[in-house]
Amino acid sequence: MSGPNTNYDPVEVSALDPANLDAAVQDAVAAIAAATSLDDLKAARIAHQGEKSPLALANREIGALPPSAKAEAGKRVGQARARVSQALSARQAELEAERDERILVDERVDVTVPALRRQLGARHPIELVAQRLVDAFVGMGWEVAEGPELESEWLNFDALNLGPDHPARQMQDTFFLDPVDSGLVLRTQTSPVQIRTMLEQEPPIYVVAPGKVFRTDDLDATHTPVFHQIECLAIDKGLTMAHLRGALDAFVRIMFGEETRTRVRANYFPFTEPSMETDFLCFACHGEETWGSAEPCRTCGGSGWIELGGSGMVNRKVLRTCGIDPDVYSGFAFGLGIERALQLRHGVQGMHEIVEGDVRFSQQFGMGV
Amino acid sequence: MRMPLSWLAEYTDLAPGARGADVAASLVRVGLEEEDLHGGDITGPLVVGRVLSFELEPQKNGKTIRWCTVDVGQNGQMLTEGKHQEIVCGAHNFEVGDLVVCVLPGAVLPGGFAISARKTYGHVSNGMICAEDEIGLGHDHEGIIVLSRLLGEERAATLSPGDDAIALLGLADETVETNVTPDRGYCFSVRGLAREYWHAQGSPEGGYRDPADVATPVATPGGYPVELKDDSPIDGNDGCDRYVARIVRGIDPTRPSPPWMSKRLTQMGMRPISLAVDVTNYVMLAVGQPLHAFDVDRLSGSIVVRRARSGEVLTTLDDVERTLHTDDLLITDGGEQPLAIAGVMGAASSEVSDTTTGVLIEAAHFDPTTVARSSRRHRLITEASKRFERGVDPKVTAAAAQLAVDLLVEHGGGTVDDAVTDVDRTSERTAYLLDVTEPARIVGVDYPRERVVGILRDLGCVVDESGEGTDDTHVLVTPPSWRPDLVDAPDYAEEVARIDGYNNIPSITPTPSDGRGLTHAQKARRVVADALAGAGLTEVLSYPFVAEELADQLMLPADDDRRHAVRLANPLSEERPLLRTSVLASLVDTLRRNVARGHKDVAIYELGLVVRPGGPIGTAPIPGVAARPDAETLEQLYAAVPAQPRRAGILATGQAEQAGWWGPGRAADWSDMVAAVQTVAAALAVPVAVANDPGHAPWHPGRCARITLADGTLVGHAGELHPKVVAALELPARTVAAEFDVDVLVAASSEPVQARPFSTFPPAMTDIALLVAADVAAADVESALRSGAGESLESVVLFDVYEGERIDAGHRSLAYRLTFRAPDRTLTTDEVNDFRDAAVAAAASATGAVQR
Repeated sequence: MSGPNTNYDPVEVSALDPANLDAAVQDAVAAIAAATSLDDLKAARIAHQGEKSPLALANREIGALPPSAKAEAGKRVGQARARVSQALSARQAELEAERDERILVDERVDVTVPALRRQLGARHPIELVAQRLVDAFVGMGWEVAEGPELESEWLNFDALNLGPDHPARQMQDTFFLDPVDSGLVLRTQTSPVQIRTMLEQEPPIYVVAPGKVFRTDDLDATHTPVFHQIECLAIDKGLTMAHLRGALDAFVRIMFGEETRTRVRANYFPFTEPSMETDFLCFACHGEETWGSAEPCRTCGGSGWIELGGSGMVNRKVLRTCGIDPDVYSGFAFGLGIERALQLRHGVQGMHEIVEGDVRFSQQFGMGV
Repeated sequence: MRMPLSWLAEYTDLAPGARGADVAASLVRVGLEEEDLHGGDITGPLVVGRVLSFELEPQKNGKTIRWCTVDVGQNGQMLTEGKHQEIVCGAHNFEVGDLVVCVLPGAVLPGGFAISARKTYGHVSNGMICAEDEIGLGHDHEGIIVLSRLLGEERAATLSPGDDAIALLGLADETVETNVTPDRGYCFSVRGLAREYWHAQGSPEGGYRDPADVATPVATPGGYPVELKDDSPIDGNDGCDRYVARIVRGIDPTRPSPPWMSKRLTQMGMRPISLAVDVTNYVMLAVGQPLHAFDVDRLSGSIVVRRARSGEVLTTLDDVERTLHTDDLLITDGGEQPLAIAGVMGAASSEVSDTTTGVLIEAAHFDPTTVARSSRRHRLITEASKRFERGVDPKVTAAAAQLAVDLLVEHGGGTVDDAVTDVDRTSERTAYLLDVTEPARIVGVDYPRERVVGILRDLGCVVDESGEGTDDTHVLVTPPSWRPDLVDAPDYAEEVARIDGYNNIPSITPTPSDGRGLTHAQKARRVVADALAGAGLTEVLSYPFVAEELADQLMLPADDDRRHAVRLANPLSEERPLLRTSVLASLVDTLRRNVARGHKDVAIYELGLVVRPGGPIGTAPIPGVAARPDAETLEQLYAAVPAQPRRAGILATGQAEQAGWWGPGRAADWSDMVAAVQTVAAALAVPVAVANDPGHAPWHPGRCARITLADGTLVGHAGELHPKVVAALELPARTVAAEFDVDVLVAASSEPVQARPFSTFPPAMTDIALLVAADVAAADVESALRSGAGESLESVVLFDVYEGERIDAGHRSLAYRLTFRAPDRTLTTDEVNDFRDAAVAAAASATGAVQR
């Protein structure tokens, strides 16, 4: 290396010779372009930009120049080094992009292999259907009422105008607790919840009561000793059968859509007067496999219609039993079987799958319906 | 109740061209639900045949068929081949010589079932010998129809092979069957159904012809003596308040019922028996009044209607000896010999027989409750009891007797006694002052006064618009005698709505104003159910009926509360008479069923009520219903209902995680159950503690976790089932289970969660390994660490457990990572070390832990 020399002519220092600088740059650019990997590029960087590279050497020579020549030489060397740097970073970016691309290709897996390591759980659709109905009514301002499943006979029967001689109170319909004179039964309907509500709350009352009910039926395609009902009760001033129809229509729309065909007709229930029955067009045969067909529909028995459930204006006797003045308040009640709603809405043909607890049944429905 | 269209047309005018389905639809509009439709869809040839011979031919399938030759008159093979009809028949309930019903090739049976000659069992069968259900006559398929049994010997004797069976059996005539609700007893008659059909047609003037509208004689002296002696009426109602007795003598017992009557009875689903019996049945079907025919020559004393005496016995017509109850009302001969359970069934002793020439017709009105109780008590549901318990028109009595008398005289050749017995204690219905605007208020349709009055008059009510109390809006209504159900305004409102049409009622959505949404408990229970499903468990529903031996199989200790189950008086199965005291108890079956169906990996749960009486069962009062029971009675009523906590049960077996490309699977174990309960608690933001519980059935004593709230309240248990329980219940080995009280968790979550501030400074972590005796619970070590570590401790994680050669036998090494963070600064290393040492010291003093 040369020492400072104020008389020194920069042109005469070979390292700073423009042609040499140019050549060094050319060499560097060629080496950079030739690098096919980040490692190659690293080697090229050391060779052409490192401490021992021609350009670094040239740079050092500047210090030995007389001040008058420094600026000129510095500018020349700086430009040369910038060109190399530029080439390096451009190539670096290219090679990194290629590498990133290659990694993505290398890391490819077959995402169609099974991903679930754990079994998924599910809710029982009876619960989901009940929840759906409850939510819709809660959305309309109703509340949810509940009561025990083992219930007093008085609340399950007498208070609902089902006197001691009513056929439903026979042992062939109702589970009685032992001893029979304990006055306790497994509730045969969700209606005792109505009575409890009316006894405990002042009108206006707007409640839905979903729950388990029990009858002494053996399990078959259409019966099960344990099933579910949902019942609605409204007590207020000025309620009429028109409001009952309105509530029923809301129910049907929520559950089965706007297109559902229903019919209403008079019926008889001890706890309502007037009473009303709502029927659906049969979901299985759509009213087409009626009597006289080669095979009358088993689901509807050939009538073309399926009972949705009973309803009516709460009997004045029932209101009085609950301490509600029938001359001030009127109300309506209606109930339906949730199993039936499930069958209707989801095409469940029998009863066995609903009650047997085969996990495949619930798992079809996931967490919501 | 059935009704042939031809019979309906006698009492009212059918809409032009109306078919059975149209009539059924009309009746539905006025509230009578269609049940079935019979007949009217057969085209012949369907003929009477006489079985000439048959050969028994055993078949490979184990059946023996009969290869029959049947005389079908000038029909079928007689016309085409000059020989008798050859038919294969599978039934065996007939003999050579019997008259049967044959359907011949070319006929079409109900359901479009076309008959042709076809090869079967090695023969060409030229048609079929029919059973009842095949020709739409009934539902009986026990055997083929033998006409002497269906129509009676007398009627059968008049038939010849080849007679048209469609006309004979009334099959061309459609018969509508409707479901009659308990409040409409009058619809158990063609009279009542015709009236309803007439209403459905708009009640056209003069369009209804009442079959009971016949002249009846008044009571005379010298009639057969009848005494009504009810000395213990039920609810103050006399067991019998009307008794008409008419006598027809000199009947020729060989005279058959007229064919039209036999046909109608057959269409109605009843068997013709003899003229006297057929007449009583026919009149009952026509006007709804059950009649009884006694052989007057077998009666010795006056007819006394009284309650049965204790221990009294009667053999009814169905040959069953019945011990009577003092509530049973009896018809007796002279007050002693019982002749019948009133309104239910007669005794064989006084029944008309094939030699009876003198008949006493009983047309009486019995108390509905009395008949209903007798019918249920003796499990005898008869045509008579069905009608009486729903209420028979007390004013149709005499007319019904007259109709029967007329038919017996006309068809039996008898003569009626002039003397007439009619003991009448019925009272007139009183008029009800009806507010004519009330139906509008109840129904929500603005019925004008004229509409209300018009409908009530059409229904047979007498409407007085000028009597006492009447004004612009009030009229006096007296309901017709056949409508005991019409009592007050809602009853009349229903009638107005029904006749005007339920479909005219508008639909108005009610708008409650102050709903508060779901309660906390209702929401929280959904969270529980969803959390369990989210944790990979499948919700099922099981029946709550369990076996007595289950408590032993679950190894419940003698004093365990879960042994105090309530018992059903009438369980579906004697093997399962108890109501579950835990949800697990009834889930066991469900798990077994899934396993039996080939599901190896099953994880199920159920949320439901269990019954925990906690002591002896009390007696729930049955107060009156006229008014609200007093507070004390209500209190007793509620208190008598045993406690029914809501619990969740979980059972799992098989793999919790599947084997796959990622490696081997993992079997469900005790920890999955603990995790499930912890998942639920976390979902409700309720902190819970876990402890080893070596003594809680039905769990494995070394693999059972007791889960409690922070205050020690028991939530439930989780872990692996005891191997003996698993064996006793025949569950897969290592079945795991959990059960917890949902109510406890729900209650613990009822207060709003209060947010704790958290630090944004960097955490400091330090790991420690503690050597503890093997029987020291990790939960206790962690608890001690927490108590000693101070307020800056953020979390404690047990990241490794080591047992083995490198440490002392009987010990475990527990490796914890402690994370510290202060709310206001970055902790220094020295501070963290101090905290760590304090934590270790606390663990050492509480559990004997030694830092390694």
